[in-house]
Amino acid sequence: MGALLRMILQRLALGVLTLFVVSVVIFGATELLPGDLASSLLGQAATPETVAALRRQLGLDLPAPVRYWNWLTGALQGDFGVSLANRRPISDMIAARLGNTIFLALYAAALAVPLALVLGILAALWRNSVFDRVSNAGALTAISFPEFFVAYILVLWLAQSGYFPSMVRISPVSTFADKIYMAFLPALTLTLVVTAHMMRMTRAAIINLMAQPYIEMARLKGLSPLRIVLRHALPNALAPIINVVALNLAYLITGVVVVEVVFVYPGLGQLMVDSVAKRDIAVVQAIALIFASAYVLLNLTADVLATLTNPRLMSKG
Amino acid sequence: MTRDLRKPTIIRPFARPMTRRTLLQGAGALGAAGLILPGTMGAAHAEPRRGGTFRIGLGHGNTTDGYDPGLIDNLYAQVFAAARHNQLIEVAADGQLIPEIAESWESADGKTWVFRIREGVSFHSGKTVTVEDVIASLNHHRGDDATSAVKLFFNPVTEIRADGQNIVVTLDAPNGDFPYLMSDYHLAIMPGTDGRIDPTSTDGCGPYIVESFEPGVQASLNRNPNYWKADRGHFDRVEILAILDSAARLNALMTGQVDLIDQIDPATIGMLEARGVANILSIPGNAHYVFPMDSRAAPFNDNNVRLALKYAIDREDMVEKILGGHGAVSNDNPIGPANRYFHAEMEPKTFDPDRAKYYLRQAGLDSLDVSLHVADAAFSGAVDAGALYAETARQAGININLVREPNDGYWDNVWMQKPFCASYWGGRAVEDHMFTTGYASGAAWNDSFWEHERFNELLLKARSEVNEDLRREMYHEMQQIVSFEGAVVIPMNNNYVMATGLNIATPERISANWNLDGFRCVERWWMA
Repeated sequence: MGALLRMILQRLALGVLTLFVVSVVIFGATELLPGDLASSLLGQAATPETVAALRRQLGLDLPAPVRYWNWLTGALQGDFGVSLANRRPISDMIAARLGNTIFLALYAAALAVPLALVLGILAALWRNSVFDRVSNAGALTAISFPEFFVAYILVLWLAQSGYFPSMVRISPVSTFADKIYMAFLPALTLTLVVTAHMMRMTRAAIINLMAQPYIEMARLKGLSPLRIVLRHALPNALAPIINVVALNLAYLITGVVVVEVVFVYPGLGQLMVDSVAKRDIAVVQAIALIFASAYVLLNLTADVLATLTNPRLMSKG
Repeated sequence: MTRDLRKPTIIRPFARPMTRRTLLQGAGALGAAGLILPGTMGAAHAEPRRGGTFRIGLGHGNTTDGYDPGLIDNLYAQVFAAARHNQLIEVAADGQLIPEIAESWESADGKTWVFRIREGVSFHSGKTVTVEDVIASLNHHRGDDATSAVKLFFNPVTEIRADGQNIVVTLDAPNGDFPYLMSDYHLAIMPGTDGRIDPTSTDGCGPYIVESFEPGVQASLNRNPNYWKADRGHFDRVEILAILDSAARLNALMTGQVDLIDQIDPATIGMLEARGVANILSIPGNAHYVFPMDSRAAPFNDNNVRLALKYAIDREDMVEKILGGHGAVSNDNPIGPANRYFHAEMEPKTFDPDRAKYYLRQAGLDSLDVSLHVADAAFSGAVDAGALYAETARQAGININLVREPNDGYWDNVWMQKPFCASYWGGRAVEDHMFTTGYASGAAWNDSFWEHERFNELLLKARSEVNEDLRREMYHEMQQIVSFEGAVVIPMNNNYVMATGLNIATPERISANWNLDGFRCVERWWMA
């Protein structure tokens, strides 16, 4: 167990380093973008005088390293500062949206992960059957369409007929049941998009194991195929499955801006896009750190879980 | 809120309302008149009644939006501000100035303007609107530190002072149109402390009080029970949603989740009409799409080349294809049919390749190669418009190389940077305002870097001229100069196209000075 703890701590330390590098890269990249917040905020209305005045007010006339340092020292003390664009506290702006994003990610995962595992296991069990082919083809079709297309099709079928809202209006007073109802279409869209990856990984990992001698042994003992898959193959196939699930969860948190736009879902993706377009570096940095943290933490969790499922790795240290 | 969402959708496939296409296309010819289309017939013009929640879905709104009235730069912020605030002066639906917080205004010489401030108006916070508040509100846009987009309005202002219940504004030169500037949507009246307003406050004296605001998502407002206008602000509640995706916006209207949407893709208007679930409003105004040229740089420094480019564009075709017929041909004239001194009798410029070739020869050229920089950030359909332009210009021996630019950073890196690009104007209620902002020598947004001695001379003269007829003559001459000697190709005036649910009623005449009834749909419209 000590080894596991050491691994977690080591990974966390590396994670912090990763976050630091990410923040430098993001800051550098946004510096390279043409234009700055002052001129973006004023848009077509920008004149040299107003831009200069706004730049002075926002502290954009300071050199880049100084601005980065100011931001970093603030962030280390838990103060992400205020948005340069509308002077609202960044933590307030992000908090609600992060909650929405995580809600949608978990909602989609709660639909997609069981679905993918069941389909994957059944497909492995009935390999090359009609079921295997149909579920494979269906999942691949769903993943091959662009997200917005899947979303529009669902809107056409399920929203225009009045079953579900085409637009998600979540507010702090919405009840859980309301949220589940309103966010159903985006969650379903995401489910269709991520299921194929996880399902095929499950199927492949199990089929791979089915050729192993110990499975043959189990079969010779006369165990039922379902029992062989669930008791003997699945535990050994868990490591790759956990990894692919973790990657998909990270994607659900960071990569769903298109779905957010189509369903008008107030998540982090839209905030990130707006902030980049307006060069609101402080917000971009904060969100980038959240996204990077999501990847680091989910990968760490996947590694820890994969280690736990493998007694050989557990006993080594 | 789920109650609203689950509201049964009214879809009546068999009850198709009369087709309004022909009516819409005639609208351009009606000129200044705003036009409301009788979808629900009688009901639309019934007496206004109080009540209901007005849900607006707009294709604008960023997470970076704030409350500062000086930084309002998109339709979302404009409508949100119209719900919270009043200005000194309002532009009525027919384009005339009517009193708002200024009860009356006058000037003996056009240089010293006296505005009498209305008494008994209170802010949402309960504080009474005073002369000091008004001065603080105006000063927010004035001075070296001001970051306001309308800072330039105040460049000629030498002094703003209180005089009892009046404020007195002194200009450095006469300007008969100064009150028009005071109707600008940036100039919100807000409470001042020690001569300054707090630009992060929601407090105003407008029809609705802010309940919540999530930038880029939604704003909810409730009716201001103490609103001083008895016949305005009919809704109990207003919700303004940012719905950036045009298909999502259309869906929201069709499924009854919102009552008003803006920016309808011309291609979908016919389908929306056929569904019979919405009224489509197409309002001809002064808004226009432009292709400015850098008049300092070759080849655009030769007016013959500019004229060749002006005759090489098929304006009719562009109105049909880019605007879906919801607009009108413009004769390279930034002054629109909704303006007072619009010059309608100028010789129209039709697509004429021979004439374009003639002007090219005058410029000593057989053919011309130019690059046109476009992005849809300039206006929706700009890339397609550029392609159409290139197609027709080829017939005149002009080779337009279309350069597609990214939307992101367009106003920084392309507009006023590249010698030939696409842009748009919202149009201005006053000729002087339009010309001073975009065509006067050295104006910050003179995007063609155009200098014309006679034009600049007329601009100053017309501003202080009191004789209406002389003034009209001068403005007509200026429009003639801009049209035939200017460096901006203005192919079309785009209508403001919006759609409402059948449950919304509007006044007979809808303002054409800005989109959504001059942004004031929130206070002028009501539930049918």
